[in-house]
Amino acid sequence: MQPDPVNIVVVYPKLLGLYGDRGNAAALRHRAAARGIEATVLEVAPGDPIPEQADIYLVGGAEDGSMAAAAKLLERQPGFVRAVGAGAPCLAVCAGFQLLSREYVGMDGPRPGLGLLDVTCSRLTGPRAVGEVVTRSEIDGSRLLGFENHQGDAVLGPAARPLGIVEVGRGNGHEGHEGAQQGSVIATYLHGPVLVRNPALADLLLTRAVGRELEPYLDSRVERLRRERLSAAGSLRTRLLRRA
Amino acid sequence: MRLGCTSVRLNTVVATTQAPIRPDSTRLALAMLLARTAVWISQRVLRRSGGVIGGRVIVKLVPGAGEMLAAGRRVALVSGTNGKSTSTAMLAAAWATEGPLSTNSDGANTPAGLVWTLANARTTAVVLEVDEAWVPWAIRTFGPEVVVLLNLARDQLHRNPEVGRLARAWRDALSAVPTVVANADDPWVAWAAQTAQHQIWVGAGQIWDEDSLICPECGELLDRTDGWSCTCGHSRPACDWTISDGVIVPPSGSSLSYITLPGPGNLGNAAQAVAAATLMGADPEAAAAALAGVTAVAGRYATVRVGDHDVMLVLAKNPASWRASLELLATRRNALVLAFNADGADGRDPSWLYDVDFSELRGLQVTLCGNRATDLAVRLEMDGVEVTGQYGDVRGALHALPPGPVDLLATYTAFQDARRELGRAA
Ligand SMILES: [Zn+2]
Repeated sequence: MQPDPVNIVVVYPKLLGLYGDRGNAAALRHRAAARGIEATVLEVAPGDPIPEQADIYLVGGAEDGSMAAAAKLLERQPGFVRAVGAGAPCLAVCAGFQLLSREYVGMDGPRPGLGLLDVTCSRLTGPRAVGEVVTRSEIDGSRLLGFENHQGDAVLGPAARPLGIVEVGRGNGHEGHEGAQQGSVIATYLHGPVLVRNPALADLLLTRAVGRELEPYLDSRVERLRRERLSAAGSLRTRLLRRA
Repeated sequence: MRLGCTSVRLNTVVATTQAPIRPDSTRLALAMLLARTAVWISQRVLRRSGGVIGGRVIVKLVPGAGEMLAAGRRVALVSGTNGKSTSTAMLAAAWATEGPLSTNSDGANTPAGLVWTLANARTTAVVLEVDEAWVPWAIRTFGPEVVVLLNLARDQLHRNPEVGRLARAWRDALSAVPTVVANADDPWVAWAAQTAQHQIWVGAGQIWDEDSLICPECGELLDRTDGWSCTCGHSRPACDWTISDGVIVPPSGSSLSYITLPGPGNLGNAAQAVAAATLMGADPEAAAAALAGVTAVAGRYATVRVGDHDVMLVLAKNPASWRASLELLATRRNALVLAFNADGADGRDPSWLYDVDFSELRGLQVTLCGNRATDLAVRLEMDGVEVTGQYGDVRGALHALPPGPVDLLATYTAFQDARRELGRAA
């Protein structure tokens, strides 16, 4: 029997897509196809309604102006908040992470977010966090790899848990946390794009979307990419330790 | 006669240099001597290009050197995310129809390189390509007569994470500029250009709109159905110069043909260059004709023979230029080498590969090289493009392809590597 297609909705990629965020949809589709599961990708144009029945929602990164425009549009999309609140898997990256939080710092100071995450974001102290990141996943203990480029921090409230514990990089800027997970939401500052570099995370979203285990799929090119990035970040860490 | 006018200006410069020697100019002369020594060492001993080092020495020893070196000159600046080297070469060629000029054709477009170019310039007229982030500095330091503004889009996000912030810095600095030649099709550029004393608007087109969907003035979503406009009243200015199908249309209305470099981006660059040269006193027809001589800028679009292959070199630095270049290369249907790095000037985060659609390359023979070729291999896999192989260097990637024409597309630092490698091989 042909399984139902997985419907992926990318929220405003033209506004929230500064860091190749469409790549997360590409990774999901690719890994679904490898299991014979069809995936559709709907890119919601700014101003268009966000469908409430999607299987996976992706919310990406942006600079402040585009983020503010997206925030304004999202306020008029209660269906999206309802869907994610009701358990639809959602990946939120960088500006997306902040938009889903309780509060973040916009262009004119603190602003309320969508409140899907018990997280408060403000400004990271010190220079902008830019560079390769390695964390230890709080979901399955695997290594999460990515590239961070942000000036925001994230303080997790009791209802949210970190996505990973930082080994290399800055992450949320507090307690060694990187990202957040709460209910069906996975949030992170990692680019790369994050689901390309971390197939296990992509599979987690797909598993939740289809509601059953997926057969294993090892993508040799992606594994090579992971080895390369891990060793690059490793040498970075050695340099940092030597300096400290 | 126009040339007479130029020579009058040259006399002015001669008069300036013969003015009584001030202590700071003695200091500058001394700094020049030291800088030349540093460059000599850099070139002869370290085998590097050296210009940037020379500029660094001067700036270090004489803090006001840039202002002093620019005094009495006619300076034109060119900046933008994409096409600035090509446009600079075009403006230099077009304006040179009026007399000799100097330019930073080495592409050294940050303060040290710019100061070095001026320090060695023996002409009144100077055309400078300027890195986007250094435009405000260059305006303050060189007091340009005209600034040519091409486009603003995502590029090297680890260094310039916000396009809007760059545009704001441009806008603040441009109030000191007499005239801008600005691309009216780019909302950020048009907004930044508003503060200049005069604007010459060129409808140079926009290849990439994803960083300019919101109104720079009020933050609302722009209506992008026909050009761009906002409910706040901010909208695309009426153009003085336009382009269409291989033709530049000046305010006079008589078309100037341009067919030398491929792609709509280059036609737009050509229009802005001719508009700026015309402002500086060139005859539009002569200026446009001079562009035919601008074929390979710093090796870009050059074709070199390497063993059994004729290789066309194409540089593309960011998603906007990769999109435009792939569109062009996909129609040529040649075998392809894609050289991909993620060092400083390439942007250290290669996530932007996913802003580019590679599916047009399906069915072409493609090999990869570069220090981040694996990132690209993964990207191509997701777009269903077969890769013949991944190699340590350009020659390896070339050897794997059958004899004949090959197009090589590379990021900034990969392009420099490829030129060095193929320069040796050719
Ligand atoms: Zn507006």
